Amino acid sequence: MRRITYSEAINETLHQIMKENDRVLLIGQGVTSPWYVGTTTTGLYDAFGEKRVIDTPLSENAITGIAIGSAIAGSRPILEHPRMDFMYLAMDQIANHASNWYFMFGQQVNVPITIWGIINRGGEQAAQHSQALHSMFTHIPGLKVIMPSTPYDAKGLLVASIEDDNPVLFIDDRWLYGIEGYVPKGLYKLPIGEGAIRKEGKDVTLIATSYMVHVALKTVSLLEDDYSIEVIDLLSLKPLDTALIYESVKKTGRVIILDGGWKTCGLASEISALISEYVFEYLKAPILRVALPDAPAPASTALEKAYYPDENKMITVVKEIMKTGSFQWQKLQWNTK
Amino acid sequence: MIGDQFYESISRESIENLPESLLKDLYHTMLKIRIFEEKVALLVEKKQIFTPCHLYIGQETVAAGVCASLKSDDYVYSTHRSHGHYIAKGGDIRTLMAEIFGRATGCSKGYGGSMHACSPDIGLPGSSAIVGGTIPIAVGTALAFFNEGKHRVSVTFFGDGATTEGVLYESLNFAKLKNMPVIFVCENNFYSTHLHISDMQSNIKISKRAEAFNVPAFTVDGNNVISVYNTAKSAIEKARHGKGPSFIECLTYRWRGHVGPDWDLDKGIRNKEEVEWWVNNCGIKRMEKLLLSEGILTDSEKINLINKLSDEVEEAVEFAKNSPFPEVQDYKNEVFK
Repeated sequence: MRRITYSEAINETLHQIMKENDRVLLIGQGVTSPWYVGTTTTGLYDAFGEKRVIDTPLSENAITGIAIGSAIAGSRPILEHPRMDFMYLAMDQIANHASNWYFMFGQQVNVPITIWGIINRGGEQAAQHSQALHSMFTHIPGLKVIMPSTPYDAKGLLVASIEDDNPVLFIDDRWLYGIEGYVPKGLYKLPIGEGAIRKEGKDVTLIATSYMVHVALKTVSLLEDDYSIEVIDLLSLKPLDTALIYESVKKTGRVIILDGGWKTCGLASEISALISEYVFEYLKAPILRVALPDAPAPASTALEKAYYPDENKMITVVKEIMKTGSFQWQKLQWNTK
Repeated sequence: MIGDQFYESISRESIENLPESLLKDLYHTMLKIRIFEEKVALLVEKKQIFTPCHLYIGQETVAAGVCASLKSDDYVYSTHRSHGHYIAKGGDIRTLMAEIFGRATGCSKGYGGSMHACSPDIGLPGSSAIVGGTIPIAVGTALAFFNEGKHRVSVTFFGDGATTEGVLYESLNFAKLKNMPVIFVCENNFYSTHLHISDMQSNIKISKRAEAFNVPAFTVDGNNVISVYNTAKSAIEKARHGKGPSFIECLTYRWRGHVGPDWDLDKGIRNKEEVEWWVNNCGIKRMEKLLLSEGILTDSEKINLINKLSDEVEEAVEFAKNSPFPEVQDYKNEVFK
């Protein structure tokens, strides 16, 4: 089996799809830089030139609009944001324009744009360089949001995003870039909107996405002898694979949602509400949301440790849920009182 | 009076080298917009139309003068004040009226309303009600056109209000940096909703700001259709032949209020003398006077044309009123393609 890293999978996908389809453009800050986006864009400028690999001025809102306008006129742009924190500057073009366009004009004009947003947590980067904003964008109708967790999914879902006729936000996380996995050599497409069961289990379901899937899997490996834990990888936030979630809840009756973003009005809250609305009677315990506290990301490593969920905290969470049926996740975070 | 210094009469000399058919077409387009808009104003007053209508009355010269040099596969992007651009680019007034009436036969199938005219077939892929919103989108379309190499041109229409939005300057910078075939058309009507330009802008010479980006910029009498036509024609030809973007500031005036048919004379926003000055310098009347005095248009031709256009507008109203409302379907199939 051919194994490559997550970042190699992205780079390979971009090379292959730009070679296959000359309407595909890569546009964004740092796409010709040796370090802005890791090694994911290496070699693209040399291979495809300045017309198709466009490193841009610092103008997030206009650059997003420019990508939208090129999509309307027949291009297949991949708009890259090396840190998704800066996507707030492009909110108008993403939310008011790209996401509304198809509906607002009576389904006549579509915007086939891939917005590639990168999460850069940790490393003492603090409040404006560390944010995971997936929930913010999932709120918007008309915008698909995907968060692949493995190199295999990264390749198949990046192809799917580019080929999709709608705006798709493809979110990855720099913490995933070194992870290795099986990736077929040629181009292939995975369906947007389907989640995956990463591990089957009977006692409790961990629902996660992106890097948090790996936290969930590490937790499972540490508790394997004690409990039978199921891990669901959502892969897509919009559309959401609700059937997969409900089936798992029916089986285990206990749910812990691992969300790499903030808790209030977040992805975990949405899933929790859906479970309560549709499969409440199967629950054996209250649904638990493991998410970031409602505080900006801190800089100091000492504070970062308190801020982010990890497998060690998750062990306590799972054990308590299994023993007592509930747990106050906040106790393990930030303020321990 | 603001605007005084820019006023010029349409001279005989200025039309000497222009074909009569073109002069008649310009007059025809302006008149068509005026008659259409006057009817809309009346129907809003009669409470038969509910969607907020931002009327183009008084500014017809700009849309007509610019669009006369565009081909059907050139794209224009419009604003919340979208009717005039739609008509000037060659849109069907029956489907525009139906859109304003919220009908399924509308140009945006009843999903957009007055602020979101759209007609992909004639090269109007959308109109945004977020001020300045389509400026970068037009630049992006120019990027796709540029890459395609077919010498197509993209135009963005916007008001003076959009020139206090940062996205304009991000867009001007990128357009010039990459030499994009895009024309920025600023319709300076001196008011942003209720505020006069002098209450909004530290320097009201808008075109100067485009010059700061090394974009060729022109300020023209926006009620002189020949000035608008000549300036736009030369800018469009330049863009078409790889010579990059231009910025055209057209000084004009909207007769009615920001939205709706009201003249805004009793609200302390503007005075009667100012409105009368502009009404007396109506771009359509000025052109009409010249065409009549030069014998290009006769009185009976004029009356016949007004009658014909009035009939067409009445027919459009009948078409709209007799059209069905959109059916309520599963919205999920309409949000994504």
